[in-house]
Amino acid sequence: MIDKKHIGMKLPVYQTKAEAGQLRFFAQSIGETNPIYLDVSAARDAGHPDLPLPPTFLFSLEFQIPSSAWRDELGIDTSRILHGEESFTYHRMAYAGDTLQFETHISDIYDKKAGALSFVVRQSRVSNQRGEHVADLRSILVHKNA
Amino acid sequence: MNTPSFASLQIGDSLPALQLPPITRTTLALFAGASGDHNRIHIDIDYARKAGAVDVFAHGMLSMAYLGRLLTQWVDQRQLRSFGVRFTGITHLGHQITCHGKVVEKFEENGEQRVKLEIETRNQYGDTKIVGDAVVAL
Repeated sequence: MIDKKHIGMKLPVYQTKAEAGQLRFFAQSIGETNPIYLDVSAARDAGHPDLPLPPTFLFSLEFQIPSSAWRDELGIDTSRILHGEESFTYHRMAYAGDTLQFETHISDIYDKKAGALSFVVRQSRVSNQRGEHVADLRSILVHKNA
Repeated sequence: MNTPSFASLQIGDSLPALQLPPITRTTLALFAGASGDHNRIHIDIDYARKAGAVDVFAHGMLSMAYLGRLLTQWVDQRQLRSFGVRFTGITHLGHQITCHGKVVEKFEENGEQRVKLEIETRNQYGDTKIVGDAVVAL
């Protein structure tokens, strides 16, 4: 079981840049056909300053946090985890070239099925290079203990 | 894009569905690279078998990205206020996913007219794989 003492744990603040090439690759990999996600001139014609990050891409940026030390500290075995839930609350758009800062903490840990499963809830506040609040992410990981 | 109007939408109205091609190993390899999720359970059959799965299976976030396309083909992403899902089933190789959504609530919040949508993915056998909701401003 994942120890509840880790509730409240803060992960290191993490900054990363959204790259246009990665956004195009992501759009292609999900079969995107809307040109605003693939072609910067189409994005600009639609009133965007650059290629927009599609709705779930912030998760990909968060996932690339360089340190996995928090997983080790919680005792998470990556072969035993499933993604339970994911949600986004949006405050403003993010675009290629933006530097995004992730402030992440473990907001809850609980068990189900007599301890066979642990649930780890992680929340991230995302802001841009101007300090504006972009979005909040909430992820639930399910860890199979048995 | 013909933005739907708040006044004309009714509870129960459906969004135009989004039909995806069958999931292949290539789909998963490309999504692993593009999304940065290199978890071997989605790309390496030997690893998947050792972990007790019969084969590799799709990333949950791939299906969530498909649901994102369902939403952004219906409204401009700048109108999307929230988007959340629960991963209730595994999407396997060969599954043909269709994304569905319908209006379940109309309300005003923060000075905006908003609608709440229920969204889900289903495979070709009608099994629901992901359920969730989204709020858009209209």
